[in-house]
Amino acid sequence: MKLSFALAAVAACYAGVAFAEDVAPADVQYTDEGAIAASLSGAAGDAANGKKVMSTKSKGNCVACHAISAMADVPFHGEVGPTLDGVATRWDEAHLRGIVANAKKTYEGTIMPAFYKNDGYIRPGDAYTGKAPTEALTPLLTAQEVEDVVAYLMTLKD
Amino acid sequence: MTKQVTSKVLIALGFAASTLAIATSAHATDPTEPLVVNGEIEIVTHTAAPAHLEGLKTIQSGWEFRTPETQDLQRDDFDNPGMIGVDNAREAWNTVEGTAEKSCASCHEAPESLAGVRAVYPKWNDKAEEVRTLEMQINGCRTENMGAEALDYTDNKMTEMVALLSAVSRGMPVNVAIDGPAQAMWEKGKEMYYTRTGQLELSCANCHEDNYDNLIRADHLSQGMINGFPAYRLGDAKLIAVHTRFKGCVRDTRAETYKPGSPEFVALELYVASRGNGLSVEGPSVRN
Ligand code: HEC
Ligand code: HEC
Repeated sequence: MKLSFALAAVAACYAGVAFAEDVAPADVQYTDEGAIAASLSGAAGDAANGKKVMSTKSKGNCVACHAISAMADVPFHGEVGPTLDGVATRWDEAHLRGIVANAKKTYEGTIMPAFYKNDGYIRPGDAYTGKAPTEALTPLLTAQEVEDVVAYLMTLKD
Repeated sequence: MTKQVTSKVLIALGFAASTLAIATSAHATDPTEPLVVNGEIEIVTHTAAPAHLEGLKTIQSGWEFRTPETQDLQRDDFDNPGMIGVDNAREAWNTVEGTAEKSCASCHEAPESLAGVRAVYPKWNDKAEEVRTLEMQINGCRTENMGAEALDYTDNKMTEMVALLSAVSRGMPVNVAIDGPAQAMWEKGKEMYYTRTGQLELSCANCHEDNYDNLIRADHLSQGMINGFPAYRLGDAKLIAVHTRFKGCVRDTRAETYKPGSPEFVALELYVASRGNGLSVEGPSVRN
């Protein structure tokens, strides 16, 4: 109990300086199988925030495509992707990180968007405005948000 | 009737669709009755895909993916809110506008004299040497024959006029030409359809060919056909032009969209229309 409290405090400190520690999207090292070994932010993930990111339309919006029984309180789960129930039994943390950051490294040509990438697009827009971007693109999720999502996914065990 | 929407998988598995349909379909819309408008206009809402379309065996109107309640609104013109726009356009049809002091009726008599036109648009125009959508042709008549001003591409009056021309063609098979002088535009539209755009890197085909009949959040994905356009969208409470729908779908991939009436969207419309060759003209349809 004391230990995890201390860890959370450390994580919170890290979050404050997260930008300096983030691995830039272009520098992310994927294994041949599409996994990423270490945290993208250098900090641990917060599963509760991960759940929020996954169910928020303007963030991960993962439920648009995936059904998740543990998120029954969130309305309208899609079925374009497989259910994420038990996903942490199928994949380890490094591989889940890789799938969230860029699923195309695991599943060639998949419809699942890459959430930690910021270039190589055709006609990208400024978020959902339909207009051309006026600034450099940022990834769909921050490094810490990816870690938070991975932390939540790790709770989905059979 | 067998569920066409589930049969794509079942056919691939070699089963008769009817035996497994109940077990496999969570929500596939199963119209209790085929669509017959006003008890007389029979609408083909699914049929064999045209030869050029390799990705689909059966093509289906968006009508088949809507709820029974929404479907029923199209069975009778008194229930179809899109018909109000058609009535407005009938009035506009007879209204003199422009320096030539002509109305549409001066050259074309009743709108019914143009039955069949909707079914073959977008279409190559020899004189203008371009592929024209119905909107472009309507503006062509306004500026070239009536001396009237062009309407904005998605102006309500424009969409209503397209709805009138669709209404008088209802039940006729979509039959857009894809060869000859229109072929280059068609190829361009096809390339657009399969190009993954925006920060979500999604193509039209990702949603409407690979995932139709799946739910994406609360939306039941259709094949993205345009035989039902203009569509009266209950959510917007108005008639929606084809290019307005395209714009919305492109925007939803977090991409920079094209403008309604742009050569890109004209090419895309020609291609998407041709994917529906064989379905009936159905506009104005009702969608949620
Ligand atoms: C546009 C659709 C779409 C969105 C949005 C999406 N995914 Fe996926 N996802 C898929 C598909 C499809 C697959 C299956 C891979 C394949 O075969 O292409 C998949 C696979 C996965 C897997 C592996 C599942 C397994 O059982 O092996 C995980 C984990 C995953 N997604 C997590 C997420 C998370 C987390 C988000 C949001 C941050 C997300 N997905 C957003 C479509 C999507
Ligand atoms: C992220 C998923 C997605 C993508 C990508 C997408 N659409 Fe759609 N589209 C939808 C949804 C959801 C609807 C509303 C439900 C339906 O009819 O499928 C829709 C509806 C439509 C409709 C209305 C169909 C009807 O009968 O009312 C058309 C036409 C259409 N899309 C065309 C396109 C074209 C062309 C593209 C590519 C430029 C495209 N869509 C890309 C999700 C998408």
